[in-house]
Amino acid sequence: MEQLNPRARRDAYGSRINRAHSRVLAYGLPWVTVLLSSVVASLPIASAIPMVPPLALLTLLAWRFIRPGLLPVWAGFPLGLWDDLFSGQPVGSGVLLFSLALLGLEALEARFPWRSFVQDWLLAIAITAVYLFVCLVFSGARFDTIALTYMGPQLLLSVIAYPIIARMVAIFDRMRLVRFRVLG
Amino acid sequence: MAPSSRRPGHSRKAQYGLFTGYVIAGIGALLGAALLVISLIEPGAFGNLRGVANDAVAPVSRTTAEAREGGKGLIETVRGYLRAGSQNAALKREVELARIRLKADEAVKQENARLKGLLDLRTSETKPVAIAHFVGSSGASARRFGYIGAGRSRGVEAGMPVRTARGVVGRVLEASFTTSRVLLLTDSQSVLPVRLADRDVIAFAQGRGDGRIDIRLINLGLNPLKRGDMFVTSGAGGFFRPGLPVAMVEQLTDDGAIARVVSDPAAADFVAVEPLYQPVLIEAARTPAEEALPGSEQDQEPAPR
Repeated sequence: MEQLNPRARRDAYGSRINRAHSRVLAYGLPWVTVLLSSVVASLPIASAIPMVPPLALLTLLAWRFIRPGLLPVWAGFPLGLWDDLFSGQPVGSGVLLFSLALLGLEALEARFPWRSFVQDWLLAIAITAVYLFVCLVFSGARFDTIALTYMGPQLLLSVIAYPIIARMVAIFDRMRLVRFRVLG
Repeated sequence: MAPSSRRPGHSRKAQYGLFTGYVIAGIGALLGAALLVISLIEPGAFGNLRGVANDAVAPVSRTTAEAREGGKGLIETVRGYLRAGSQNAALKREVELARIRLKADEAVKQENARLKGLLDLRTSETKPVAIAHFVGSSGASARRFGYIGAGRSRGVEAGMPVRTARGVVGRVLEASFTTSRVLLLTDSQSVLPVRLADRDVIAFAQGRGDGRIDIRLINLGLNPLKRGDMFVTSGAGGFFRPGLPVAMVEQLTDDGAIARVVSDPAAADFVAVEPLYQPVLIEAARTPAEEALPGSEQDQEPAPR
């Protein structure tokens, strides 16, 4: 068989003989990527205005859109709590907003089950815009027109960042199901 | 992406599982709201938790801080090559002027030393508590916090001023074991008493949140400011010692000016944490007016009638 087609016993996740998916990787990777994206947001640049898109939220939404049901509906609580530790927001704002975003998406999916990437993108942007605005209100920063103007660049960067993050999540999704050799 | 595969169908177990998920998610959201209310009422409530989390990622953030500084250096080197010729000529002129001024300054310094000797004043240099990496700032939040790589283990305490070689960056808000959270000057909740470097004009510098600072003059009237004026700390309040550069006026407004921070956190690589200027003043500001200051004489003899 191998002489006819060397890939006959393989699929997208590698050879199938004597190999199996890892449960830890398959279910753990989405959590790990969202947790890491919370930490990463504060690292690359130290700026005088908020410029980094809310990476944890975008990663969470990308996982939710690409593999619905993989992260449970209640994932917003632990992930939001972790994000609050690093984001500089008062503890609880991430918990509340992540949970509400996931619950809202669940309700929305019951109404509009079939969507394409463009609709997902628009939805992610709408959620991010609301998230940034509500975060600004919760954060205790002075709330005026200046605050609204400096939110603009951040929102635009989020618009550009979402497709990139969705691509990365798709790559992670393939890594998630890589097969490992099983002994015995 | 057919969501139909996620319908529980007739399986009771799957139906209950899904329902429980929604219930837990709802409880999670309510808990979040409760936590939010607690942390809005008591901002320091979860400081320890945050401190532990930031201590844990400190090695990573130190590495990225070094990479960031390296990257910045590279960009500046390239930019330097592009404008080498004209810059060289301009710099030569500047150096010549600076040399002349330096000589003049030396004379002033000498005279200062002589006058201080006459007045019997000690010249004291404040030694920084710690020198640390500026490891990052809050990325997505509208609040501006910075993180530095020194904490309680090196004597950093809440309230201490943080500065670079250029000027004030902010002050320590929470110190955990090996890292501290710094309230940056540009945060909209940061207020700092300042004065003009060369005249007696006092003001408050309040962050705007967009990287600039509102200068609010205390004595209103004719606006004495002009573009390029430098503001330094006045020492009022007891946190910062006087004379640290803070901001330069960029644009005049009715009751003051909008100024640009001298020491932008984006350009900060190493920062020095300085001791509190007048700890007694801060203690006094925290003590209610009716109570006596701790350490002051309480049981004085009543004056004889």
